Amino acid sequence: ENQAIAVMAGKPVLHYSDCRGRMEAVRWLLAAAGVEFEEKFLKTRDDLERLRNDGSLMFQQVPMVEIDGMKLVQTRAILNYIATKYNLYGKDMKERAIIDMYTEGLMDLDEMVLHQPYLPKEEKEGNLAKIKDKSRNRYFPAYEKVLKSHGQDYLVGNKLSRADVYLVKLLYHVEELDPSVLANFPLLKALRTRVSNLPTVKKFLQPGSQRKPLEDEKCVEEVMKAYI
Amino acid sequence: MTKDLSLNALQANGIRCQESLSMTGKPVLHYFNGRGRMESVRWLLAAAGVEFEEKLFENHEEFEKLIQGGTLMYEQVPMVEIDGMNLVQTRAILRYIAAKYGLYGRSLEEQAWIDMYVEGLRDLSDMIMFFPLSLPEEKEMNLEYILHRATTRFFPAYEKALRDNKQHFLVGNRLSWADVQLLEVILMVEECKAGVLSGFPLLQDFKVRTSQIPTIKRFLQPGSQRKPPLDDESIGTVKDIFKFEQGMFLKNMSTIVAEY
Repeated sequence: ENQAIAVMAGKPVLHYSDCRGRMEAVRWLLAAAGVEFEEKFLKTRDDLERLRNDGSLMFQQVPMVEIDGMKLVQTRAILNYIATKYNLYGKDMKERAIIDMYTEGLMDLDEMVLHQPYLPKEEKEGNLAKIKDKSRNRYFPAYEKVLKSHGQDYLVGNKLSRADVYLVKLLYHVEELDPSVLANFPLLKALRTRVSNLPTVKKFLQPGSQRKPLEDEKCVEEVMKAYI
Repeated sequence: MTKDLSLNALQANGIRCQESLSMTGKPVLHYFNGRGRMESVRWLLAAAGVEFEEKLFENHEEFEKLIQGGTLMYEQVPMVEIDGMNLVQTRAILRYIAAKYGLYGRSLEEQAWIDMYVEGLRDLSDMIMFFPLSLPEEKEMNLEYILHRATTRFFPAYEKALRDNKQHFLVGNRLSWADVQLLEVILMVEECKAGVLSGFPLLQDFKVRTSQIPTIKRFLQPGSQRKPPLDDESIGTVKDIFKFEQGMFLKNMSTIVAEY
């Protein structure tokens, strides 16, 4: 069984649907860190119930990641652990605080983005307008300003961190929803190019990787069946 | 008092209060005069025995002024001036405080457990935070939902955590951010319904014991910087300051309790 082998081999195992959702940020971070991982996809309600019944989910929710003998739940707990373990969290407490400030803003934007495919039809247009507005007027300007202020290659401490990885993930995702969104953000575009050319990220961006495509009808149906 | 005199002098000279306060070295909290998202920060600083100042705005105009001042990265509060930084985003603030004052565990593994526990509590406390913004006809239903989640999903998890850890604390053998936040949330839920901890003997023990910790005991006493729950008057103020709409509870629920 793949899972048993993966656990024995020490690879993290991700438990989630075969969709982006809340797990995509974890996939990006592990990939950027060059960490191989396995995935167990939840396809039916039974899959979720089984995980709940065997006590694997502290709050009965996914995402859940098996890593280093723990069953981590809560997206932020998972991301914090990976970022710390693989040195993508700054060099000291203060850098970590700044990274957190940037990442949490990105997660606020992502909250709107990841919900989009699952919203009822009549709410989709309004949410998309909100995403466009917040990206163009609140979040992307803030990060463009950061890069402009120090002129360095990365957001914090002149070194790749989880904040850069999350930002790049969102730049791609928002652009899929709003193709011209990056028109006025040259430094963000440059950061995205730079990060995308890192060997680990480049590999993740190639077809056949564990990166998930934009949610389609089938994905949404599956998630609705399993969770709602 | 010396502090007031120096503040008046500085104000007379047109120097912004913000700068003068941060010169005392104490963290300065920027928010409205209520719990909201800042309350967890007050709890954590208090538990750590750290004195702090507060600049509380009372209306939309004062909030606008703060935004115009350029210290809010996303034009949002909470914001805390601490160690030369203008930190925004509640979790960024809390994590910094927890790490600085030794409330974030002593290993990567302990940090992970603390993170799981505080994130679970955040889900529950966000529900409670938005509850006063319910439409009148939804209030009863929303309250039922909160209490159901608290007693069937969250409290059992923390009761189990205390049982498994076999210590007086959630993680390791000393006070952490997770313990402080658990006490905060227990008290918030009890304000929604007294006796909600019946059936959770370890949580009851935990509540009594943790409340006795000197720094926390002091914070729980009248006259501390702890804020009361929103009443009808202050709900009006909050709605004005942040331009909230009606029915925000249900709107935020899908975000807060997203299973996926």
